[in-house]
Amino acid sequence: MAVLTDRPATPVARRADRGPRARVNRILGYAVLVAFGMIFLYPFVIQLGNSFKTEPDAAANPLSPLPDTLTLAGFERIFAGTNFPLWLGNSLLVTVLVTLGRVFFDSLAGYALARLRFRGRAGLFAAVIAVMAVPGVVLLIPKFLVLKQLGLYDSYAGLVVPLLADAAGVFIMKQFFESVPVSVEEAARIDGAGVFRTFWSVVLPMARPALITLTILSFQGSWNEFPHSLVSVQNPDLFTLPRGLADLVSGSLGKGTQYPLKLGAALLATIPVAVLFVIFQRYFVRGANEGADKG
Amino acid sequence: MATEALRAPATTPARPPRRRGGGIRGNENIAGWLFVAPVIVILGLFLLLPILMALWVSLTDWNGQGSPFTGGVPFVGGKNYSRLFTEDGLARRDFMTSIRNNMYYVGIVVPVQTALALGLALVVNNRMLKGKGFFRSAFYFPSVTSSVAISVVFLFLFANSGAVNKLLGLLGINGPEWFADSRGVLHLLLGAVGVDAPPGALTSGGPFGLTWWDWLSGPSVAMVSIICLVIWTTSGTFMLMFLAALQNVPVALDEASTLDGATRWQRFRHVTLPLIKPTMFLVLTLGLIGSWQVFDQVYVMSQGDPAKTTLTPAYLSYRTAFRDFDYGSGAAISFVLFLIIILLTLLQRRVMADRDEPRRARWWRRRVPERS
Repeated sequence: MAVLTDRPATPVARRADRGPRARVNRILGYAVLVAFGMIFLYPFVIQLGNSFKTEPDAAANPLSPLPDTLTLAGFERIFAGTNFPLWLGNSLLVTVLVTLGRVFFDSLAGYALARLRFRGRAGLFAAVIAVMAVPGVVLLIPKFLVLKQLGLYDSYAGLVVPLLADAAGVFIMKQFFESVPVSVEEAARIDGAGVFRTFWSVVLPMARPALITLTILSFQGSWNEFPHSLVSVQNPDLFTLPRGLADLVSGSLGKGTQYPLKLGAALLATIPVAVLFVIFQRYFVRGANEGADKG
Repeated sequence: MATEALRAPATTPARPPRRRGGGIRGNENIAGWLFVAPVIVILGLFLLLPILMALWVSLTDWNGQGSPFTGGVPFVGGKNYSRLFTEDGLARRDFMTSIRNNMYYVGIVVPVQTALALGLALVVNNRMLKGKGFFRSAFYFPSVTSSVAISVVFLFLFANSGAVNKLLGLLGINGPEWFADSRGVLHLLLGAVGVDAPPGALTSGGPFGLTWWDWLSGPSVAMVSIICLVIWTTSGTFMLMFLAALQNVPVALDEASTLDGATRWQRFRHVTLPLIKPTMFLVLTLGLIGSWQVFDQVYVMSQGDPAKTTLTPAYLSYRTAFRDFDYGSGAAISFVLFLIIILLTLLQRRVMADRDEPRRARWWRRRVPERS
């Protein structure tokens, strides 16, 4: 995987680092970095600042990150005037269940596809890859149909079960298990461990980096998931955070501006993933580049 | 599918000898199928089965009442599809409008996000700069946030008295009312050079029931704000992919070409670019697939308004099914969208393969042994 380290400067490179032209290049480089850094980060600064403003203040000075008078009115209204706590609870429940499910099921399948020789394995793997190529948005109506048929529509099961496994996760785990030396397993087998026992107590503990990557990606994916909640539930008591937010903005509450409230709610929905990002950035990067191996 | 696990013999039949011993692997057939069973069930139930069901529904006139698989549901054959392409009417006009909107959207988003991602990756990959890690994270961070939450922020940024218009005001430009402005950008450009009304030749007779003038509108001002948002959230991910590819370009190559007197542009054009071609293909393909599916942002920011200029096929299929209860049409639209995405991906594969450079200037390319 791409570990981003500075390469040792070779003689040629060192020579190129000096002189007036190099300095101009460096200044240009920094200018580009800082300009784009602003573009990519300042919207979050605006969001943070404006969620603590009064409404007239936010409307008059949207660019300023500092509130005239710092107020928590927006946040108070989020907790008193909306179903935010409920959405948060639903989101947490769905995210935890989906993440656990994905990590377990995707690891099992990934291991089988990487290591176990069973008939139909190659065809199965091809099917997994094909499934990855199906555009999610195309499945909105179909998913709704199946959930209706199975009687899962408008229930927690409908929110959770369809997301319990994902093809991309299977792919990530398979890639990893293929890199584990076979000798480790064979030793366990010779010692008399069964297939599951070998997987559970020998191989899985070795897969920590891949498991963390998969956990992070599953958490982020299910925490941010929007279209699925749109077609699997309609009862407001079952709304997850993104669904509640969308409702807040475009639904009945969307009348009037109420920007501090909306920005605050969006901010609270972003915080968990932001914290994860800061702590586990390496794994995010790894997950993003996982696709690059498929090319 | 999973029934095969039950019929599989407990002992594996004789196979030609393999690398690994078969003695302790006798029960792998069953174990293998058991291991993949949960994933097969979930993906089968919620990915494969739905596609088949939707295919059936797209041939019916189901209105959402009861089950679509009973005898009472009117079967209409290809009518839902012909209403999108050949029969003049609202359904076709809306669908073609959404295709037009999405075409302009893709035409801007894909090249810009790819160029921006590559540019940022090249700068971040520069050996001489410090603090690159911070900037890399800053560029990538928007990609990991919730599309809905970010859409809320951009609604505020692009509000009539929002941050973007305030910035434009500082530059002396009177910003538009972003989400109320349905004027096409190309029409605006033409208006700037004095072409306000469509020339007679363009007011009629375009393909699929839209006039040529409508086809040539360009993205609306409202769509431009969604385009800005999407470019801003996707560039970071693609930058990471380019960065990983650039890390794999051997330094020695760059230096050798420098010693040979190649200019910076020549180095980029003849050394870097060919080496990151697979990544370029991947980024373009993912970008294309993603941008034909734009949905969340439209749902939150504009719901297809103003004047249907931010309607996209994905959002239209959703709206047709869940708001107008015309599930057959909705499913038909999503299948057409599915076909568009598949065809474009295949086309891109072909184009990229054809443009593979002829065998020249490749003396420096190392022979990399094939990884199995």
